[in-house]
Amino acid sequence: MAANPKADPIGTGRESREEYRLIGTAFRRVDGRAKVTGQTQFADDLNFPRMAYVKLVRSTVPHARIRNIDLSAAQAMDGVLGTLVGTELPDKFGILPVSEDEHALAVDTVRFVGDPVAAVAAVSEDVAHEAALAVKVEYELLPTISNFNEALKTPEPQMHDYADDGNIHKKVSLKFGAVEEGFEEADVILEDTCYFEGNTHLAMEQHSAVGVPEDEGRVTVYSSTQTPHYVHRALTKVLGLPASRIRVVACSNGGGFGGKSDPFNHEMVVAKLALKLGRPCKVTLTREEVFYCHRGRHPVLMHLKTGFKKDGSITSQHLRTALDGGAFGSYGVASTYYTGALQTTTYRIPNYWFEGARAFTNKPPCGPKRGHGTPQPRFAFEVHLDKAAHHLGIDPAELRLRNLQPPDSVTANWLRIGSIELGECIEAVVRGSGWKERYGKLPEGRGLGLACGAYLCGAGLPIYWNHMPQSGVQIKLDRSGCVAVFCGETEIGQGSDSVLAAIVAEVLGIELEDIRLCVGDTDLTPVDLGSYSSRVTMMVGHAAMQAAERARDTIARAVAAQMEVSEAELVFADRRVFPAGDPDRGLDFSAAVVAAEARFGTLGTTGSYIPPRAPGRYRGAGVGPSPTYSYSAAVVEVEVDPQTGVYDCRHVWMAHDIGQAINPVLALGQIEGSIYMGLGEAMMEEQVFRRLPKRLSSALVHKMPSLLEYKSPGFHDMPGMTSYMIESRDDRAPMGAKEVGQGPLLPIMPAVVNAIFDAVGVRVDQVPATPELVLKALEARAKGRPARAGPARFPKVDYGTPVEVPTPEQGGDGRARHDPKHRGRSVRAASGTMKDREDALKERRSATLTTA
Amino acid sequence: MSGLSALPPGVTAAVLRVNGEDYPVVFPTHHTLLEVLREKCGLTGTKHGCELGECGACAVRVDGEAVLSCLKLAVEVQGCSVETVEGLQDDNELHPLQRAFADFGAAQCGYCTPGILMVASALLDRNDDPDDAEIFEALSGNLCRCTGYHRIVTAVRWAGAMARGDDWRPPEEDFHGADSPAPYPASRPVGESKLERVSDGG
Repeated sequence: MAANPKADPIGTGRESREEYRLIGTAFRRVDGRAKVTGQTQFADDLNFPRMAYVKLVRSTVPHARIRNIDLSAAQAMDGVLGTLVGTELPDKFGILPVSEDEHALAVDTVRFVGDPVAAVAAVSEDVAHEAALAVKVEYELLPTISNFNEALKTPEPQMHDYADDGNIHKKVSLKFGAVEEGFEEADVILEDTCYFEGNTHLAMEQHSAVGVPEDEGRVTVYSSTQTPHYVHRALTKVLGLPASRIRVVACSNGGGFGGKSDPFNHEMVVAKLALKLGRPCKVTLTREEVFYCHRGRHPVLMHLKTGFKKDGSITSQHLRTALDGGAFGSYGVASTYYTGALQTTTYRIPNYWFEGARAFTNKPPCGPKRGHGTPQPRFAFEVHLDKAAHHLGIDPAELRLRNLQPPDSVTANWLRIGSIELGECIEAVVRGSGWKERYGKLPEGRGLGLACGAYLCGAGLPIYWNHMPQSGVQIKLDRSGCVAVFCGETEIGQGSDSVLAAIVAEVLGIELEDIRLCVGDTDLTPVDLGSYSSRVTMMVGHAAMQAAERARDTIARAVAAQMEVSEAELVFADRRVFPAGDPDRGLDFSAAVVAAEARFGTLGTTGSYIPPRAPGRYRGAGVGPSPTYSYSAAVVEVEVDPQTGVYDCRHVWMAHDIGQAINPVLALGQIEGSIYMGLGEAMMEEQVFRRLPKRLSSALVHKMPSLLEYKSPGFHDMPGMTSYMIESRDDRAPMGAKEVGQGPLLPIMPAVVNAIFDAVGVRVDQVPATPELVLKALEARAKGRPARAGPARFPKVDYGTPVEVPTPEQGGDGRARHDPKHRGRSVRAASGTMKDREDALKERRSATLTTA
Repeated sequence: MSGLSALPPGVTAAVLRVNGEDYPVVFPTHHTLLEVLREKCGLTGTKHGCELGECGACAVRVDGEAVLSCLKLAVEVQGCSVETVEGLQDDNELHPLQRAFADFGAAQCGYCTPGILMVASALLDRNDDPDDAEIFEALSGNLCRCTGYHRIVTAVRWAGAMARGDDWRPPEEDFHGADSPAPYPASRPVGESKLERVSDGG
């Protein structure tokens, strides 16, 4: 293919790499203008004639049976249009099919302060507010559980009857390889107990949803959601309507970070009220209510035991986790597995035992926040490695380099690793920070800390079992030369619209202005599962490439015939289609589309993506696989005041293995945003609760449900940042591009506490590593006790009999030992295209015939 | 009851001057400027993140000064000139702040952006060459969860430069990342240590 002219849309003076024209250049995001002019419409910006305003009546007690709900005073108020209670929506929903445990409005039982009990709709928000206050609910109080340990000790009454064991929602024990033998081979065995406090997304936009009744009994729900498809499924179940009568439109999200990934009770409520009242119904949560929606980072207590040889190589690891899940399942089963699944992706762990358990507690439900279940064990592991390095007398960077997981390998827990540039990342930050010259040598009070991380480029499996594509794209072209791209993806600020548009523009050799997007609309766009698990660039990107390549091929056939040249000679660039080496002979892109429309009729193409099949075949193998993984390394420099424990982050060096940046400005924004959010988690953010005094009901309440009291970093808190993007394209990824939205968060928390150790010689095995904890560790050292702050012990948990899975090295086949024949072969083939799926299906059919 | 009746108590009828235009509005007297702008004027560009004065998302300018519209009653701004994000551009020409924010990735989800733009425009109007500390100071009441703030500060400086006609631009590494430093020869090659490539078992 001929060299294409390069683009440089905002005049940075640098061109894209190699054969790409647009990909890799710094261009203005496609929604950039709308976002700076106030034109972007978030859900709460929508207004409809006759729209009613909805308020939820929320539980004021943490655990109780509902005796009575008295709506009469509210219903009698002038301006109140209607009310709703749980019995009108009896069917439960929930993001995971294994834990559909939520009612739109509580039926019989409330499980945390903030659990919605009833809803009122009124002509104005003021009236709705007054009416909600007028609803009287009588409760019969039940015992409450405030943390994991209390859940262990309080098996009855069960908060949900489907829990694995009492109030322990989920128990997992997965043993890969010869764990005990691995520990026997070790020269040194280290054990650590660490704690990661819960925190929340704190997206600037409060959740909002509008239900609009349509003709023929249909309903449309506009919402600030990252996952319109899953909301669509939940609405179908709760409303009892066919999916074809419900439309979900995801508005631009004012930040998500995982906090808008669940189907929510307020979405069910406005849909039902719209159908009940025959008028549009809007709900917008207050900031306090957003803290009750939550689904944020699980508080996790962890115990980590690792065997090392003297040279630093790891012989075996045993990780135990205890998650405080809150009142509902949410993504919790997946979160539980994720506290163990990605532990093996960075460094080679030949034998690995993971035990995890999640408890139900009377607090807002936890779920997925940026990094979903992975930052907690990553924190423990990277702090643990720092200690190991000191113990073994090996530089912490060197220890990691010696243990790197090789590329194109399969881990002990059967994850297939693709490209891995973690070594390059470590070297970039080591070099950039002057690590070799400065680590361990800075004056007292100043220190450097290093840590790494890895993350998914999309979860390998969908939330519910199916064989359909996880992302679909449709392209419509016509004689105008405008290319309309339809995709269910959801813009949450990360730039997914820009990724989609850029990939199509790149393939067709046109400009971003030639593309129109229609996204996140379950009526109009093909399904994409949503903006979670860093899946969009990978999956939407693949589907967009396939659709665009099919469009290009169709146009090329028509142009080749018209110009009497071969299709293979044709180049698509600069809004033209021309034979390589002879650009003057070609056609304008719109003329080329005319040729194709005249030859083939109305033009449209589709693209699909389904991730490759993962090698693991054991129960639980579904969490962790991804088409490939991203890697990050960070060095953080801190300055600690040894008198007070107060510290500052001075600088962060971050290197991220991104494969290929689609738009480096947006990619750097993700890296910087991850550093910021990681520092918040490392230093100050916590979603914590307290019991009110007995005279005030003993209720378990959120300590700080406000933006001011929930401390998050501001302008003044940010350190200097140096970001390196390690671009070595991964051929499993579209245009070689891996994720960047979540991975760079992971190293920050451990790097901060490792830096505190370098600065003042004390360990803080807990985040947020508040100045109080630093001071506590300093005081402990002064009194001759271990120079450490953090959890003292790990509870005794019965995780059940481990599922034993031989590793690839042991010659395993991905199945558990003694596992009766697996359910049958997957029909998913390696490369992830639907064509391959057809072939795989054929193959399976013929295999079945042969066996018969 | 007749089709038209006089204003009941607790309701105000007034003309608001927003972005140089008059908006005749009728609203409950206790409503904030934020509510009236969004719900009565249809100017939904101004956002809310808390309605308690904690996040800065609702900032607008009142007689040139940056003000949190969630803490200001609409009746307090009668006779004042209010500016919102919708009035920032000049006809179809973006304000330098808008250009810089859009091009530089200083707006990600874009939800905190209108408030930050209005505070920053008030800053640039009194100081078109602010240093980082002055920008921190001006924007210290605005929260952003996406960007990590660096791009916002730098975009404000870039916009100031554009407004002054100065050709200062953010450094190259803010567009393409820092150039990766050369590796230490001693620790190369990585990934080719004694660790063997395991079979993929698939």
